[in-house]
Amino acid sequence: MSITVKNLKYIYNKGLPGETAALDDVSFEIEDGSILGVIGHTGSGKSTLLQHLNGLLKPDSGEVWIDDACITDGSTKLVDIRRRVGLVFQYPEYQLFEETVAKDVAFGPRNLGLDEDEIQRRVRYALDLVGLNYEEIKDMSPFEHSGGNKRRIALAGVLAMEPKVLILDEPTAGLDPKAHREILSMVKRIHENEGMSIVFVSHNMADIASMADKVIVMNTGRIVLEGTPAQVFAHSEELAGMGLNVPPAREMTDKLARIVPGFKSEALSITQAAADIKAFINN
Amino acid sequence: MIRDITLGQYYPADSPVHRLDARVKITATMLYIVELFLVKNFAGFLIAAAALFAVIALSRVPLRFIFRGLTAVFLIIFFTLILNIFLTDGRVLWHWKFITITYEGVIRAAFMAIRLVLLIIGSSILTLTTKPIELTDGLEKLMSPLSKIGVPSHEIALMMTIALRFIPTLMEETDKIIKAQQARGADFESGNIIQRAKSLIPILVPLFISSFRIAQELALAMEARCYHGGKGRTRMNEIHFHRGDAVAAVLLIGFLAVIIASRQLGSVL
Ligand SMILES: Nc1ncnc2c1ncn2[C@@H]1O[C@H](COP(=O)(O)OP(=O)(O)OP(=O)(O)O)[C@@H](O)[C@H]1O
Ligand SMILES: [Mg+2]
Repeated sequence: MSITVKNLKYIYNKGLPGETAALDDVSFEIEDGSILGVIGHTGSGKSTLLQHLNGLLKPDSGEVWIDDACITDGSTKLVDIRRRVGLVFQYPEYQLFEETVAKDVAFGPRNLGLDEDEIQRRVRYALDLVGLNYEEIKDMSPFEHSGGNKRRIALAGVLAMEPKVLILDEPTAGLDPKAHREILSMVKRIHENEGMSIVFVSHNMADIASMADKVIVMNTGRIVLEGTPAQVFAHSEELAGMGLNVPPAREMTDKLARIVPGFKSEALSITQAAADIKAFINN
Repeated sequence: MIRDITLGQYYPADSPVHRLDARVKITATMLYIVELFLVKNFAGFLIAAAALFAVIALSRVPLRFIFRGLTAVFLIIFFTLILNIFLTDGRVLWHWKFITITYEGVIRAAFMAIRLVLLIIGSSILTLTTKPIELTDGLEKLMSPLSKIGVPSHEIALMMTIALRFIPTLMEETDKIIKAQQARGADFESGNIIQRAKSLIPILVPLFISSFRIAQELALAMEARCYHGGKGRTRMNEIHFHRGDAVAAVLLIGFLAVIIASRQLGSVL
């Protein structure tokens, strides 16, 4: 499922003290089955942008298209949009509320008006997808789990709606390195096995470089850079000017290139950097 | 939507009203409320309203902003009107089956509605022009004589500061939770009363948990900065009584005299 965003504009608190233009003429496209990475400093408008993709916010001007349906002109029912586009907020574990894990994950499918058998199938499917054992945890309280597992449960709550596009706002924020790795590999697995298109926001440049097919860079409500990770991370100085940086591996090879004459590398990962250095030494 | 409630909000501006000592403003507001109940006739209300609008004009807070706060309590005003109109005995103006409207009822309803509107606007002027921190400092100072007889004035003031400070935070939190549940297909707008009440559970439970988390974090942060109650605490910004405050106090006494005088004018007009 592809998403097209055209000239999106959004202003918070219009006409009040504290008026903020959060999005200003934002246009881009997400191709079917691809992963889009979104980066930008704090307050650059990333979360605001994501909330337009499933109709939670209505733009002041501009359009959002999902395949060939426009979701900003009021012609599409909201529940249909949310069935197709699943949005996982920053710190989604704070939305858990039910007594048991299974009930909480069932909340989304139940809102879609599905029958009980289908709801149960989806709860199983979603918990399975996030790597949790249905039988083991279905009757446990969602609150007695670790931070990482709570986040998985919250994610399952969205996946159970079987969206075609999955949107993740900083899915790894505040997790330890192990939980961080697990969430990322889970997202990759979901992308590969289920063929979902994925949009994800992250402040971790290495994650963006390793996951995304395409990257957009937001700065004060505008898209300032757009392209493959290789294209975007070639602008290291511009990125630094916006309070961002390049993946650590690239940072290192850039430094090396400055002090070692003749060395050049466009590595985005440690393995690539290692290979480039090895090739340079062998030469 | 939920952000439209202006109760307890501060409107930053540089005006004579903003600069007044919080103690003066608190006393003025309390006096004003008492006076609203002293008023006996429309002439008195006219004076009270004129005084209020003069203060609003001085405060540079846009009228639009003040009235937005009123819409939230519109229902309360409406019910007061209805109850007073229909449930007051007196000279009958209109009668139909069991419904009776009396002259006294209409007057009383009008009085009550005007009183409520002026009262709400009057007290929102106080919070709109006074930073929460000044407000509670002022309250603490005003109450400090009471601490001699064992009233924990500092603690009360602190509790108010915290409550006011966290209104916007909790609003933000509520907004976030509502959006997150909507993203899971929750529908808060349709269905009958019971369904709607039930649809609040997915908002209230996370909100409750968040409040506890926030409270716990706040307590820790305060302890980490060695908070140990009001005893022996000094402040960075002491409040001082300036000439403007004296002028305001004189005006206030004059206003009180005018209101009391207006009672002589009769019981309706
Ligand atoms: N509910 C709101 N009301 C008013 N202003 C808001 C609201 N939400 C965000 N803003 C403002 O809009 C701008 C964009 O915020 P947004 O949350 O989209 O940024 P972000 O890129 O997601 O930041 P972060 O990396 O911190 O999550 C910021 O200036 C922010 O202060
Ligand atoms: Mg954000």
